[in-house]
Formats: sequence, structure tokens, C-alpha cells
Amino acid sequence: MEYILIVISAVFINNVVLAQYLGVCPFLGVSNKVNTALGMAGAVVFVIVLATMVTYLIQTYVLEKLGIGFMQTITFILVIAALVQMVEIILKKISQPLYQALGIFLPLITTNCAVLGVAILVIKKDYNLLEGVVYGASTAIGFGLAMVILAGIREQLELADIPKGMKGVPLSLVIAGILALAFMGFTGIVK
Amino acid sequence: MNQLQNFTKGFFRENPILVLVLGTCPTLATTTSALNGMGMGVATTFVLIGSNAVISLLSNVIPDKVRIPAFIVIIASFVTIVDLLMQAFVPGLYETLGIFIPLIVVNCIVLGRAEAFASKNSVLSSFFDGLGMGLGFTMALGIMGAFREIVGSGSIFGYKFIPGDGILVFILAPGAFWVLGYLIALINRLKRT
Amino acid sequence: MAKTESTFKNMVLSLTLIALGSSAGLGFVYEMTKEPIALSVLNKKLNAIREVVPEFDNNPNEEMYKMSTGEGDSLEIYPARKNGEIIGYAVNTYTNEGFGGYINLMAGFKPDGTIINISVLQQKETPGLGTKMSDPGFKDQFMEKNPAEFSLKVIKDGGPVDAITAATISSRAFCDAIGRAYNTLQKGGQK
Repeated sequence: MEYILIVISAVFINNVVLAQYLGVCPFLGVSNKVNTALGMAGAVVFVIVLATMVTYLIQTYVLEKLGIGFMQTITFILVIAALVQMVEIILKKISQPLYQALGIFLPLITTNCAVLGVAILVIKKDYNLLEGVVYGASTAIGFGLAMVILAGIREQLELADIPKGMKGVPLSLVIAGILALAFMGFTGIVK
Repeated sequence: MNQLQNFTKGFFRENPILVLVLGTCPTLATTTSALNGMGMGVATTFVLIGSNAVISLLSNVIPDKVRIPAFIVIIASFVTIVDLLMQAFVPGLYETLGIFIPLIVVNCIVLGRAEAFASKNSVLSSFFDGLGMGLGFTMALGIMGAFREIVGSGSIFGYKFIPGDGILVFILAPGAFWVLGYLIALINRLKRT
Repeated sequence: MAKTESTFKNMVLSLTLIALGSSAGLGFVYEMTKEPIALSVLNKKLNAIREVVPEFDNNPNEEMYKMSTGEGDSLEIYPARKNGEIIGYAVNTYTNEGFGGYINLMAGFKPDGTIINISVLQQKETPGLGTKMSDPGFKDQFMEKNPAEFSLKVIKDGGPVDAITAATISSRAFCDAIGRAYNTLQKGGQK
């Protein structure tokens, strides 16, 4: 039961992009086509799930055992960088078109604050390994959801006449704001 | 490019957040007030200066194939140093900025400058590049934070000038997105004139 | 960039040196900041305690004891003394029933259980609504009330507590936390 709460909370109520401001750069950058958004979301889910597992284990069995909690930032980001490299290599082998489509955005998952942010939050919220992985996966799903919605809207707006200054990033930000407002309506459904 | 131009480019022409659109996450999250935003900017500036200088210093020693992991370790070290120093000496700001302090390590501005500039230029130039970019970032955060604070809370730098609440949506998530969106649109418009 | 070739030996050597250098630097800063950090954490607690109990001359932190809540966890209770006599207890209490989830309060009680004052340490309530729980306009109604006679229920639930307008859930959660503190303190017996 608690796991369902974690999922609903992470996907809707505290959506990682629209409420916690994590993962905004790729959110803005990859969301102009629904297909690319889906591909990116899939890659992010994969990386976050692996990352939450590995960072949790390192935190519990290495950092805390040795009392070197202050090394958290360094070790976590190195783990994430390594995982992303791995995903890149795997993707290149199994799906060339997806690898091409994601292009430069793949290595950028390393600097996606959502990944590092979620890894740190799992420790802060004191989740155990399973809760942490569920939380991580739900967060990534929330990220994917937000991106796909934004991509859908942007695809529709392709033919609209937009003032020059607003084209691209500013427009995406305004839409994101409206989405954030909409998602705020989810607060309180868990109580 | 002389050092003065190198230093000032971070303020307007190549402002990291308003022109290059890097570092959006901490911008949205920490600009609920002018002081919070500027605090974040100053912390990021420290990391920028430190990592730019060290990376430039070591640029000839680090083999090309391992430069990204090397940069990451150097940047993460400076972030941890800033984190510890803030925890010790400015605990109030440390708690307000929360998770976004360790997240400086994935702030695209820092890795971006390391890769694009510090690895290819002298220590002095890298120092000024970091300082300029950092201060430009701080300035943008300060402006956005001030706007959100004035309209959203009716205060500036903590000093309240109206009795009740402001237009609260501006200190919440939707407001953050909108203010940043319109700020960037404004800069786009100004760039054209 | 590379004046240094990317040979295996060079790569390993440079990475190891950088790792060593950074660990050394970090270890140094960590040792330097350990005490100021511990001090500021302690001060934050003492300041919260100072807000909710009368002036004391002991060190409540040293005399802190934990009392089980009966729900599977425990609260920290800080006795405040003047001239050796107990003048109040500061209880670090919480609730998970907030609109935004977890709320952390420090509640001060007289030895007979009457509430002295309450300080909100942590909350994620809606700004302008639930966040008003930190304002004297809401908090002060609990002062000088003894939960033995003063029911901790909002008017909507048949009690005397004047809830924050449009923030009934936050108000209920606040009462829940105070109730938890009072009940746990009563279990502990006065030391």
C-alpha cells in the first residue's frame, strides 16, 4: 500500500520537473517530438533505477560504514557518469536509430539534475532499497509524463504563429508553468 | 579577447542562464527571494572559479580520454568544499538552498565552462571567465529572485512592505516557469535591437 | 588539450593523483568544518527549545531522553531546569498528516502539561494557507491551554481550535502533532 503512495506522490503530486524543478534542461531540450521524448524518458528511467540501487548500496555499505558521508557528492556523480556511459554503449549496439535520435542528449543524462537529485533524495528520505528503487522509477515516470505532455503540446503548436522572442525556450517555459499549475491540483489527493 | 571583455561577457552577451539557458534547475528553485537566489549564485561562483582555475592548471597533465571523469572529480570536490563551508558558517542559507547545493556539480554552467574554456585557456583567463560567468549568473538570479519576491511575497531582501500576502503563485512552481520564460523572451527581444 | 598522451599508464596515474588530491583536500576541509557544523546544529536545536520554554540554566540537550509514542517510534524530550528544578519540557514532535506531508514542531509544556509555546521547525504546507501555522495568529491560541481539558480538535470536528481559513487539513495536522507530543510526554513521567 505504501508503495502505491510513493508512486502517486512521485508521479503526480511532487512531480520531479513540475514541482521539484529537477531535470528541466532535458525537459526543455528533448520535448519537441513525442517519440524522442518517449525515448529519452525510457533511457532516464533505466539510468535512475540503476543509479538509485547502486548509490544506495554505496551509501549504506561504504560511505556510512567508513564515516565519510561528505564524499557522497563525488561518489554519486561518478557512479551516474559510469552508468550513462554503459547505457550509451548498450544503446549503440541494440538500437542505432534511437541512439541517433537521442544524439547529444544521452551523455547529458549525466548532468540531468533529476538523476543525482533523486539519488540524494532517497538517502534524505530514509527509504530502504526497495522503496528507493520504486521512488526512483516513479520519479522517472513522472519526468517522462511531463515531457510527453509538453512534446504533445509543442507538436500541436508547430503551425501556430508565435512572436519571435517567445519561440523555443520561453514558450516551453510558459507551457511548463501552466502544466505546473495544473499538477498543483493533485496535492491533497493522498490524504 | 582581452581580460576585461573576457570578464564581462558573462554579464550580458553570454549570460549563462538568460542567453545560454544553462543552469535552469537551480534558477527556478532558488529564486523565491532575492537573497536566496543570490546566495545560490555566490556558491556557484565559488565552484566556478575554483574548478576553472584548477582544471586550467592541470589541463596539460590530464590525458584527453579521461578528461570528463577528471573534471567531474575536481568540480565535485569544490562543490563538497562549498557545501561543508556553508553548512558550518551560513546554516540558514544552507537549509534554504537544500539539495541544490550538491546539485551545483551537475549545473551545466560549471562543466560547460570547464570543457569549453578552462581546458583550453590560461589560468588567469579561466579565473576571470569563471568569475564573470558566476557573477552574471548571480545577477540574473538576483533579478529574478527580486521580482518573484516583490510580486509574490510583497517584500524585498526580507523587508516586507505590504501587510498581507502578495500574488502567491509567483513564489510557487508555475510562477517560476513563467517569470524565467518571459525574462528570456525579453532578453531575446533586446538582443534584436 | 593533451600535452599528455592518453596511454593507459598516464590515464590511471592522472586519475589516481587527482582522486588522491581531492580526497586529501576534502578530508582537510571536513576536519576543519566538523566542529562549526556540529555547533550550528546544536545551536539550532537550542534556539528552538529557547523559544518554547522559559529561561533555563541547564543544557537541555545533554539531558535529552527519548520516549516511545506507542506508534512504533519515539520523540525527543528536552527537560529545561532553573536552579535544578524542572520548569518545562521541550518535545520535538511531528505529524505526517500535513497537506504537504511531514511537519516538525517543537512544543514546550509546563510540568503539569500546560502548553507554553510552539515553534514550527519544518513544514511543506501551501504558502499563504497552511504556512500560516507559524503565525502567532494561529499558534498563540494554544498557549496556556492544557490538552487534558482543551480538546485538540478543530471547530469543524467539534473542538475549540480555530482552524486557519481554507487550511483545515494543515490545522488538523498541527493538532495531531501537539497531541502526539502531549501523550508521549505524559507516558514519560516527570523526571
